[in-house]
Amino acid sequence: MSQSRIMPGFRPTVSFTVFYLSLVVLIPLSTLVFKSFELNFDYYLNIITHKRVVAAFRVSFSTALGAAIIASFFGFIVAWVLTRYSFAGKRFFHAIIDLPFALPTAVAGIVLATIFQPSGFLGKFLKENFDLQIGFKPAGIVVALIFISIPFVVRTVEPVLQEFDSRMEEAASSLGATRWQVFAKIIFPNIFPALLTGFALSFARGVGEYGSVIFIAGNLPYISEIVPLLIITKLEQYDMPGATAIALTMLVISFLLLLLINLLQHWVRKRSG
Amino acid sequence: MSTVISRNVHQSTLDDANWVRWSLIAVALGFVILFLCVPLVLVIIQAFSKGFGAYFSALSEPDMQAAMRLTLLTALITVPLNTVFGVAAAWAITRFEFRGKNLLITLIDLPFSVSPVISGLIFVLMFGAQGWFGSWFVEHDIKIIFAVPGIVLATLFITFPFVARQLIPLTQEMCSEEEEAALSLGASGWKTFFLITLPNIKWALLYGVLLCNARAMGEFGAVSVVSGHIRGMTNTLPLHVEVSYNEYDSVSAFAGASILAGLAIVTLILKTILEWKQTNRATV
Repeated sequence: MSQSRIMPGFRPTVSFTVFYLSLVVLIPLSTLVFKSFELNFDYYLNIITHKRVVAAFRVSFSTALGAAIIASFFGFIVAWVLTRYSFAGKRFFHAIIDLPFALPTAVAGIVLATIFQPSGFLGKFLKENFDLQIGFKPAGIVVALIFISIPFVVRTVEPVLQEFDSRMEEAASSLGATRWQVFAKIIFPNIFPALLTGFALSFARGVGEYGSVIFIAGNLPYISEIVPLLIITKLEQYDMPGATAIALTMLVISFLLLLLINLLQHWVRKRSG
Repeated sequence: MSTVISRNVHQSTLDDANWVRWSLIAVALGFVILFLCVPLVLVIIQAFSKGFGAYFSALSEPDMQAAMRLTLLTALITVPLNTVFGVAAAWAITRFEFRGKNLLITLIDLPFSVSPVISGLIFVLMFGAQGWFGSWFVEHDIKIIFAVPGIVLATLFITFPFVARQLIPLTQEMCSEEEEAALSLGASGWKTFFLITLPNIKWALLYGVLLCNARAMGEFGAVSVVSGHIRGMTNTLPLHVEVSYNEYDSVSAFAGASILAGLAIVTLILKTILEWKQTNRATV
């Protein structure tokens, strides 16, 4: 490129970027990989196939999946309403969508636990009227993860809905399509990749989430204990190999999931042209 | 607002039926109110549940004050460092072509996909008693884990991508013609940066700094792993909230939480203003 000859600062900025990236991110992260090389493979398998560890993985992934599905459904409606309709207080609702990005997870955690615990005001209501307990159950984890997921879905779907070419809708409706047909055949397929991205981001974030979950989860081994909490428990017992093995497994699974989702998105985008 | 006007001139087949419109609005707002507004309001109610006196005495406790100071200190160290990095990385990535650029962008995003607990764990593995450099630091009597340096390092890792992530897409869209003109007229590199580039990116930069700061002050999982939860020493404000909550000291927990919620509200307001400034710039 011709610009690289006139633009100054190639060497200093690139070398500083690489240096700082290595120091803050790459070297610390590689510790996890190198530390796990110290583990004997059978020993590693022993740790991660332990019943309690498997149960924690099941809890983490199933609650993150459930929360991402629910958040995608409602998040889509929220994004739709915010881009297409006008109503009083729209600006306020638009701004508050980002609350989970701005509110520290520990604060979200204690307040959600206060609301949904059996003596809390919603917890009590659900218990008395529907015999439903959310706090200190896996359902509580799902509630916390829905909270965390909202902005991921809304903020990925919203711009795509906004830029959606309304001429396509007009063409379809002038050719006699019903409103529902226009939505199902024109609008939704075009929004779907963005929705899938939002879903994936929520899921990935939910699997690793810690702060907002631990207060509401109850943290019962085998039932409502999440993987990040199990890593901390191992650390507190000075079981470094245990913590390392679980953390590495989780990291690898998260990366594989992100890769898979990227491929899926690529495929969806290609198919829809 | 313009969408509203153009909407009115469309024929009714393009609009959703009234009952669809109102039920969708009801579902969306009900969801947002239940999951976002109620928790925010409840933080404030809980904080003042025992009256103003209890609230302010909880805030003036020495441990609470120490936690606030530590949170401020952590943000004061990490935000400027990651801001300088973000600007340098954006400049390197958007102004030059080089091999491995896409890999570099992917690597910058890496901390986003790592669980906070794992982000803390890696520093324990490096600097803890059984860690790589652990024994060296023990010999020299330097504490990293269960001390302030560990908290700063973990926060640095967690907030690493925020500023760079905001700046890279923006500077990619901006063409470098203005900068090239300044340079060819004899301005120095620094002068070009401060007089041409910085004014162009200032809103996006502030936006990134704002998000970076909110996360730096609010980070919980990673900090919780490296801090050791020593009251008055290594508790940040979010950790102090956790400890108080677990000790059933509800007023203290929610008083701390109300400060953090206030920070979140200020962040959201500033964010809305900055978004407005950015879109206004784009249309001018």
